[in-house]
Amino acid sequence: MATQTETSAVDIDRSIGDFHYDVHYGHDAGVGLSDRVVNYISDVKQDPDWVRQFRLNALKTFLSKPMPTHWASKDLDAIVFDNIRYYLAQGTPTKRNWEDVPEDIKRTFERLGIPEQERKFLAGVEAQFDSEAVYSNIKKAVGEQGVIFVGSTEGLKNHPEIFRKWFGKVIPTGDNKFSALNSAVFSGGSFIYVPPGVKVKHPLQAYFRINAENFGQFERTLIIVDEGAEVTYMEGCTAPKFNTATLHSAVVELVALRGAKIQYITVQNWSANVFNLVTKRGLAHEEAEIKWIDCNIGSRLTMKYPGVVLKGRKSRGEVLSIALAGNGQHQDTGAKMIHGADETTSNIISKSISIGTGRATYRGLVHVPKHLKHCKNNTECDALLINATSRTDTYPAITVRGTGNSVQHEASVSQVSAEQIFYMQQRGLSEGQAMSLSVNGFVNDLVRQFPMEYSVELKRLIELEMEGSVG
Amino acid sequence: MQQLEINNLRVAIGESEIIRDLSLTVRTGEVHAIMGPNGSGKSTLAKAIAGQPDYRVTGGGVLMDGENLLELGPDERARRGLFLAFQYPSEIPGVTIADFLRAAAQSRSPEGEELEATDYYAKLYEKMDLLDIDRSFTSRSVNEGFSGGEKKRSEILQMAMLEPRFAILDETDSGLDIDALKIVAHGVNSLRSPNLGVLVITHYQRLLNYIIPDFVHVMVQGRIVRSGDKELALELEEKGYDWIRDHAEEPVLV
Repeated sequence: MATQTETSAVDIDRSIGDFHYDVHYGHDAGVGLSDRVVNYISDVKQDPDWVRQFRLNALKTFLSKPMPTHWASKDLDAIVFDNIRYYLAQGTPTKRNWEDVPEDIKRTFERLGIPEQERKFLAGVEAQFDSEAVYSNIKKAVGEQGVIFVGSTEGLKNHPEIFRKWFGKVIPTGDNKFSALNSAVFSGGSFIYVPPGVKVKHPLQAYFRINAENFGQFERTLIIVDEGAEVTYMEGCTAPKFNTATLHSAVVELVALRGAKIQYITVQNWSANVFNLVTKRGLAHEEAEIKWIDCNIGSRLTMKYPGVVLKGRKSRGEVLSIALAGNGQHQDTGAKMIHGADETTSNIISKSISIGTGRATYRGLVHVPKHLKHCKNNTECDALLINATSRTDTYPAITVRGTGNSVQHEASVSQVSAEQIFYMQQRGLSEGQAMSLSVNGFVNDLVRQFPMEYSVELKRLIELEMEGSVG
Repeated sequence: MQQLEINNLRVAIGESEIIRDLSLTVRTGEVHAIMGPNGSGKSTLAKAIAGQPDYRVTGGGVLMDGENLLELGPDERARRGLFLAFQYPSEIPGVTIADFLRAAAQSRSPEGEELEATDYYAKLYEKMDLLDIDRSFTSRSVNEGFSGGEKKRSEILQMAMLEPRFAILDETDSGLDIDALKIVAHGVNSLRSPNLGVLVITHYQRLLNYIIPDFVHVMVQGRIVRSGDKELALELEEKGYDWIRDHAEEPVLV
């Protein structure tokens, strides 16, 4: 270009999260992955020795594992690990007050409406900007009940007796290549502990924001809910749209002790250059209940299969998921239910929508071993195709052995027909409005089970996506 | 007075011409009936006026109050006040009638203006009472698992809510039982007003026992071959379509 381009303060696109403010970083691990980078992260975070060793071991595991391109997607080969920055932070401690959050970061979250949501309906909020939480706060009343809600770094330092007991136990380092990567370079994410019998009324929320280009975000979340306690955790995420690939690879471990209930809600709206490769699993003890509500709207490629290990008798696991694959996107999502005790039940309901050249894949694993009795699984996957070029695949792997167990599986593929669109247009709706109403109808029975604020947000995101896809 | 004016219309599907030089004018306050044997192009006419993209207009024009409808998209035609009651309305799974109608009503509001929920529901309930429709009806998904009669009820309710200036009711060959027929008739009769022009398309005369038309047109092979008053329908019932075909050498237009 002949003219000097002035760096504008903000680039705006129609999608909600697509803007970017320049920020100064005090800590930068540089480009590429090595022992040096892992040690740099440990130094900056002042990790205890066991964590540093855990990271270095994980790096070896990561390097030794092949990419899962043979079963998932060749697109994974587009990730160049040597071009990614693994740690970026301003180097200031996490703030308890929005007033104290540096202005250049605060305005990002204000624009995303996080402080406002916090005031309205949340019990606590953590906001992560690139590698570190910049803000973390819990309502006083909730904190007084003994609930801990802090970042993972703070969790492992200040609450080692709980943290260390469960960390890496639900999802071992070597579970898959990306859980190993996360274990090597993890930073940020939440640590939550809810004491016995405490029922946290309002949700706790984490918001993950990627701001930098060529960056990888590797948050690590560990939630432990003690006997008879209950919590709902919600996470949201956005990033500006860059031309280069960005990597998001989180590990989330949930532990529900006897009779505990955890509801974990995700609304993922990464920009279309983000590889979102996340491992999420919960461990349910006796009579405990773990429910994943997982909505994937954004990203270039998402691979995510939230799971529940039903370890205790009468425990219950549930995955409700919605995936929206727009042009050029691949949502490879699903669920894993590992039954490990009698009278355990699991329920999987998955709905996917493929638009344009979008591709939605459902991958499910349900395992009930032979010696168990009175276990139940219900799996339903419904796919909606918008265009002739859209694609959907279903790979349900269900192994139910033994005689006293029952399983039910239903799958459907439907299409928004030209007649349906014409019918709606004849009532005055534009083509985009007609599409978005059809899609909202398709996911409606599932969305109704979400907390109100999130179902409204989800509908709005679907509308934006559909209007954009037709225009 | 306003009018829907169809001038020398020609419509093709693919390469075959279905509507051949058809002209007809419907004014507000009037009810017109188009009758004709199977395959005469009655439904094609309805869908072409509404803007179904598979139907290609090859000649002539359709004007609503002087505005050329053919230049507008189907949704724009609808928002200008054109309504088509479908012979086979589509299902919209997961979308309730109430939400669907609200979206349709919203699409008629000025840009950026949010429809007032209480006003909307007040109007919806008023129309449901007018048409003797149970309140629980609108919480069902649009046409999903509906009987023939329920589909008609839903179409008529939509018409009542959207208050079109011109409504086309495509009832051709839909094998309506007598109850469904009465629903349609009761609806149309309740909504009849000086502000509404109606075009009823039907194969059988019996619907016209319940909806008394001001004008009856007989359509054969893509054109109107005879027009008259309600007596024409009775005559047709008695003598059959062959009688019209035999006398169709010189189309009689009113």
